[in-house]
Amino acid sequence: MSRAEPAAGRREQPATVETQDHATGPEARPAAGAARPPRWHWTLGLFRSELVTVFRRRRTMALCAVLAGVPLLVGVAVRIETRGGGSVGGGGRGDAGPAFIEQVSNNGLFLTFAGLAATLPFFLPMAVGVVAGDAVAGEAGGGTLRYLLVAPAGRSRLLLAKYASVLVFCLAATLVAAVSALIVGFALFPVGDVTTLSGTSIPLSEGMLRALLIALLVAASLVGIAALGLFVSTVTDSGIGAMATTVGLLITVQIVDNIPQLHAVQPYLFTHYWLSFADILRDPVTWTAIGRNLGLQALYAAVFGSAAWARFTSRDITA
Amino acid sequence: MAQPTAAADVVIETRGLAKQYRGTLAVDGIDLRVPRGSVFGFLGPNGSGKTTTIRMLMGLIAPTAGTARVLDRPMPRAARAVLPRVGALIEGPALYGFLSGRDNLVRYDSADPTADPRTRAARVDAALDRVGLAAASGKKAKAYSLGMKQRLGLAAALLQPRELLVLDEPTNGLDPQGMREIRALVRELAADGTTVFLSSHLLDEIEQVCTHAAVMARGRLITQGPVEELAAGTHGRLAVTGPDPAEARRVLAGFGVTGLTADGDRVTGDLPADPAAVPDLAEINAALVAAGVRVRGFGRERASLEDAFVALTGEGFDVAG
Repeated sequence: MSRAEPAAGRREQPATVETQDHATGPEARPAAGAARPPRWHWTLGLFRSELVTVFRRRRTMALCAVLAGVPLLVGVAVRIETRGGGSVGGGGRGDAGPAFIEQVSNNGLFLTFAGLAATLPFFLPMAVGVVAGDAVAGEAGGGTLRYLLVAPAGRSRLLLAKYASVLVFCLAATLVAAVSALIVGFALFPVGDVTTLSGTSIPLSEGMLRALLIALLVAASLVGIAALGLFVSTVTDSGIGAMATTVGLLITVQIVDNIPQLHAVQPYLFTHYWLSFADILRDPVTWTAIGRNLGLQALYAAVFGSAAWARFTSRDITA
Repeated sequence: MAQPTAAADVVIETRGLAKQYRGTLAVDGIDLRVPRGSVFGFLGPNGSGKTTTIRMLMGLIAPTAGTARVLDRPMPRAARAVLPRVGALIEGPALYGFLSGRDNLVRYDSADPTADPRTRAARVDAALDRVGLAAASGKKAKAYSLGMKQRLGLAAALLQPRELLVLDEPTNGLDPQGMREIRALVRELAADGTTVFLSSHLLDEIEQVCTHAAVMARGRLITQGPVEELAAGTHGRLAVTGPDPAEARRVLAGFGVTGLTADGDRVTGDLPADPAAVPDLAEINAALVAAGVRVRGFGRERASLEDAFVALTGEGFDVAG
C-alpha cells in the first residue's frame, strides 16, 4: 500500500505508513495493482545507461578514432604506392590469408576487407580488451560500483548489462573501421564488380552485402575476448590492470597461434579462426572455418561469461 | 525506550554479525538494533569496523558469521527488495568525472529497477534541489569540490523517498557551513519519518543530531541505546563556581555529594547514584545561600558522549584501532 501513490506523488510517501499491521510489508508491493510496480522494460534503463557511459568516455572516442584512422592510412599508402601505374593484383592469393591490399587499387571496396584484415589481429581486439577490462574493474576502482550495487543494480543484471554493452561496442568498433574503409575506398579508388577469391565476378551490390556480412563476422569474432576481458575485470579492482592483462593475454595468444610447434593447442585459441571471414569472398562461400570460429567464440563467451558471473556474484565489494 | 519493541519497529537488526579478513576480525559478532524513526549514531574511531558493518548491511560484502536484517528482510538475500527503500552514502561519494552532476544522478537512478524512467528527470531535479546543487548540475563532476561531490552523493541517496538512510561519515571534507547544512538536512529527513543511520568518528556531530547511538571499538559493539542513556552512564556532575570553594565543599558534602574536587574557584562532585537519594538542586542552592556561600555559577553538567566513550573504552577516542 505504501507504493499506491502515482509516481509524481511518491516524494510524499511517509515512511511511517510502513509501521502498520502488515508485517510482510515488502511482499505486499507487487500486489498493489494501482501502483507502479517495476516493469520489465525499466530494466533496459541500466543497459542504456551503460551504453551512454561507455560511449561518452573520451577513451572510447579515441579508440574509435584509431580504428577509423587505420583504413585511411592503408588507403592513402596504397594510393601513393600505385600512383605511377599501379600493380594489378592477380586475384586471390590462395589460402595463405587475405591479401586484399593488392586489389584495393582496382576496386575501392577491397579497402573494407583490407581494413578489417588489418585491424582484426590487434587494433580491434585491443579496443575491446580496453573497454571490457575496464567494465567492472574501472567502476570498482572509481568506487562507483558500490553505488550501482546499492541502487540496487543487482549483480547478475549489472554484469549482463555490462557484457551487452561491450558486445555493442564490438559491433560499433567494427562498423567504424568498416565504414571508414568504405568511404576512403570509394573516395580514392575506382569501384566496380568484385572479383572473388575463387576468380568469379559478383556485382558490386552483392559485394557490398558480403562486406556487411564480413563486418558482422568480424564483430562476432570479438565475442570471445570480450568475455575474457569481462572475466579479468571481475577479478581485480584496477581498471588499468584489467585492461593490461586482457591485452597481454591477447598478445600471448597471438604469439602462441603463430608458433608451429604449438599446433596442438592452436585450434582452441580464440584468435585461430579470426581470418576465416575471407571465406565469404569465395564463390561459393565455404562455411566450415567460419562455423568453427563462431562456435569457438560461443564457447569462450560461455566459459568466461560463467566464470565472470560466478566471481562477480560471490565477491566482496570492498573498493 | 528500553522496553522490548516489536520487530516492525526495528529497521536494522544484526545477530552475531562478524567479518574476518585474512585472519583479522574486522567485525566481531555484533548485535545491532536500530529503532525505526531514530537518528542513529554509529560511533567509533577509524578502523573500528564501522564501514565493514555498513557494507555487510548493504549486501556489498558477505558476513563470515551471523545474520543481518534490514527493513525486516534478510540481507544480502533480499537486497533487491530492500535496497530501493534505502539510500546510502558509503565511504564518501564516488562519481563519474566525465559526466555532469545531473548525468551522474541519471546513471544511479537508471540502476534502480524500481525507478520509473518517465519520472526520472523530475526525481533528479528534486534531489539536486534538495542538496543545493541545482545551479551546478551541468558541470562535469570532476570539476566539483569535495563538498559538492559529497552533496551529489547525498543527492543520489535521496533520489527516492527512503525509509532508511545510511550515511557513512557524511560530513567528511565539508567546511563548518556544509556540516551545519548536512545536520539540518538530517533533522529534516528524520522529521519526515526517515530513519537515519549515521556513522561518524566525530563525537559532537553524533551528539548534536542523534537520538540513539552505538559505539564500536576494535570490531566490537561496546554499547548502544538512546543518547541520553549512554551519556547518563557516566553521571552528570554538580558544579558550583564562586569565590568560597571551601565553604561550598562543606555544604555539598552535607547533601551526600561525593568525589568532590576543587579547581580554583570551581567545585565539582558526583550526585548520589541512587535516584531516590538525589537531593533537590533548589534545596542545595538555598543551603549554599543560607551558609553565606557566594555563588557565581551553579548547576548540573551533562556528561558528554566523549566522557561516555572514555568511560566505556578506558582510552582516548582518537586511537586508530
